[in-house]
Amino acid sequence: MVRLAINGEERELDVDPAMPLLWAIREQLGLTGTKFGCGIAQCGACTVHLNGVAIRSCVMPVSAADGGDITTIEGLAATAPGPGLHPLQQAWIDEQVPQCGYCQSGQLMSAAALLDNNPNPDDAAIDAAMAGNVCRCGMYGRIRRAIKQVASQSVVETYVPGEADHG
Amino acid sequence: MGKWTRRAFITTGVLGGGALAVGVALRPGHRAPGVAGEVTEDGESLINMWVKVGADNRVTLIAPHSEMGQGAHTALTQMLADEMDVRWEDIAYQEAPAIDAYANWALGKGFILGDADIPAVLVPTVNGAFLQVAKAMKLQVTGGSTSIRATGVYGVRVAGAAARELILEAAAERWGVASSVLVARDTHVEDPASGRRAPYAEFAAEAATRAPSATPRLKSPEDFRIMGTSRPRLDVPTKVDGSAQFGIDAQVPGMHYAAIRQAPVFGAKLVDVDAEPAEVMPGVKQVVRLNNAVAVVADSYWTASQALGRLDPRWEETENDAVDSDALKRRFQDSLANAREGGGPAQDEKSGDADGAFADAAAVVEASYHVPYLAHACMEPMNATARFGDHSCEVWVGTQNPLGFRHEVAAALELDLDAVTLHQHYMGGGFGRRAIGDVAIQAALIARDAGVPVKLIWSREEDVRHDHYRPSVTSSFRAGLNAEGDVVAWENAYHDKHEPAEAPLIPYAVPARRIGHTNAPTHVPFGPWRSVDHSQHGFFTEAFFDEVAVAAGRDPFALRMSLLKGRERHQQVLRTAAEMARWDEARPRGYGRGISLQESFGSIVAQVVDVHIEDGGLSVDRVVLAIDPGFAVSPDGLTAQMESGVIFGLTAALYGEISIERGAVVQSNFHDYPMLRMDKAPNIETHIINSYEAWGGAGEPGTPGIAPALVNAVFDATGIRVRELPLAKQDFSDWG
Repeated sequence: MVRLAINGEERELDVDPAMPLLWAIREQLGLTGTKFGCGIAQCGACTVHLNGVAIRSCVMPVSAADGGDITTIEGLAATAPGPGLHPLQQAWIDEQVPQCGYCQSGQLMSAAALLDNNPNPDDAAIDAAMAGNVCRCGMYGRIRRAIKQVASQSVVETYVPGEADHG
Repeated sequence: MGKWTRRAFITTGVLGGGALAVGVALRPGHRAPGVAGEVTEDGESLINMWVKVGADNRVTLIAPHSEMGQGAHTALTQMLADEMDVRWEDIAYQEAPAIDAYANWALGKGFILGDADIPAVLVPTVNGAFLQVAKAMKLQVTGGSTSIRATGVYGVRVAGAAARELILEAAAERWGVASSVLVARDTHVEDPASGRRAPYAEFAAEAATRAPSATPRLKSPEDFRIMGTSRPRLDVPTKVDGSAQFGIDAQVPGMHYAAIRQAPVFGAKLVDVDAEPAEVMPGVKQVVRLNNAVAVVADSYWTASQALGRLDPRWEETENDAVDSDALKRRFQDSLANAREGGGPAQDEKSGDADGAFADAAAVVEASYHVPYLAHACMEPMNATARFGDHSCEVWVGTQNPLGFRHEVAAALELDLDAVTLHQHYMGGGFGRRAIGDVAIQAALIARDAGVPVKLIWSREEDVRHDHYRPSVTSSFRAGLNAEGDVVAWENAYHDKHEPAEAPLIPYAVPARRIGHTNAPTHVPFGPWRSVDHSQHGFFTEAFFDEVAVAAGRDPFALRMSLLKGRERHQQVLRTAAEMARWDEARPRGYGRGISLQESFGSIVAQVVDVHIEDGGLSVDRVVLAIDPGFAVSPDGLTAQMESGVIFGLTAALYGEISIERGAVVQSNFHDYPMLRMDKAPNIETHIINSYEAWGGAGEPGTPGIAPALVNAVFDATGIRVRELPLAKQDFSDWG
């Protein structure tokens, strides 16, 4: 028996401990927003957060997540303050990022983990965090713009006029 | 059961003529009660086949095109909203059901006639003969970049204008005024004289019983309010919160999961398999033997795929078991050589005296180009869910051809068409692959055998190894130059002609041209791949043209411009891209700039690519693209398609190669069939030129021009002429 907290809800799963977390999420828990793309951690479509860290759920045995706290795309909005969408989800709409949309759950989960660790990433940091996520529709420029849109918002929110002068 | 190819489609489609889309679209709803039952709910009036109005004044477009991220749903909805004067907030899109009444034939028409030959909208409304042809074609294809330029222009706009007129007529009759004094605005009818105003919904039921005009009046571009503006895509919100339903997300009560392994060598059959190692595993329901594959059905996909791994199926030996990529390449070269000796290849185009021009030429440039097979590698691996009941079958799948899939499944299972129901889903990429029904047929056969609903998911390895590939092609060229450096002759022979027929032709005014093809069939299945034959020939012709320019001592941009006299749209597009990219700007050693021009699917595209060599590696820095699509219905949607098409073509040019060993595909997943990633993606600038000529396509025209502009830039940077893709094979270690 594997115990998980998935999007804040405690669940017990009676499955093969070797089953990748991806299939447990999709088939046992019925959360289909997390996608299967390659099965070998090469495309990032299956990205979820385990204890706040972006991981490829297609290669992580469900047993390795035992006792862990998992966030999927369905729970992303609730991780941000306030009602409604996560700021990245709104930025994805503003920049009209998705085309087919299949990779976007994974893209958003990777981007959210990036901004949690680095609220104002430069291009190299964005490349490093996002190069594991393939977008076959090629929307990399829009993904980059959307991440920067949110990053710049966070700078505005934390900037206190005059504060730097007192440093 | 016929395998769908664009070739077959065109042969059939020639019969279609120009009137059908209009006829189907305008057919009044009350003349099709069976259809109304399929597409309307209580309180909704089907004004014509493609337009319904609800009691809440909500207007819905019902159109036969599927969504794979290309934005067709949104752009088509814009076209209806504008022609019908519906507020954007009041309109919705509903994908037409997979029934014969919504067969579309537009793809074929776009290919066959070219839109310029269609006599606008002035055609009879309901023409029974044409309708029968459409039904016989059994197709409902989203492909060929036709949604806007064919279905939208000849179907949706007409349907919207006709519906608007009927609503005005119904209102005029009720209010006792002439319809000409009434105004349609914001989903309401207004009578300026009396100040009366009422929503469309009040007249919809009456409008649905009236006969439409044969020639509804369309808006002029200066009156467009919604066409030509960028509206947020209707499908985007569901694609940021995980709620969009792709085929792989289908849920059916009692559903089991299937994993499949297909014969590695195309055409081989399954001889035998010992099912026991799989069937002893807990959770496994059964092993299913198909003609050319073995599948395991289990209570989870993980169990099914683990059990499949335990099987050791025996495949039939075939005559292709020893074939490899080198042998295929020799076959292609032999085909071209034999044709040269045997009286020449079949002619695509012949003009002027090529023999004489070459005999008199001061210099002759010769080169041979080659591209490999390519897989589509949609992010969503092929999958379908099926439930087989009492002589009936339901299929849940994302497809570019819902009606065609339904016919294919019915034929494969020997069911009446009426016994097969198809539930369409979003597609996680299509690019042509999801026009081919193999996975839907497999799911239906497995579900029938297993006696339970089954979701069949191909592994990525199956997806890469059992595609219908972009064909591998060799193309050989000769060009003749006179003493002044003018291009006087152009000769091109390649093997295997598919579609579109004009793909190998060039827009340049070379006096003597001879272009032709041979046939060198292989056992490797092929299918449409984003931009189809333009993807190969765009590379071949525009890269070779660059070689010719260099040999002639001419600037590649200037030489193109000089040979495009009278083709003002082409010149304008090329000039725009060159100016925006600062074509003439000097670049340092190791930096290069290349240009290309390609007309495809009704749109003209020029691209300028900047590259540089750094640490022995190639960096693609910037792409500047100019497009004349006639008219951009959604400028941001068109821009997104250009960005997407460029990355798709760039991925292929840099990395794409499917190779054959012992009759089978070597590559298997993204580690050996790599995709372009964010860290290597260039900045892409798109410039749109609305010429208001015939409206062109968007999904494909961005793809063909990137590979030639790229290799031309590589030559500019290094002097290395790349004639065979992918570029990953090229060694730049001496550079930078």
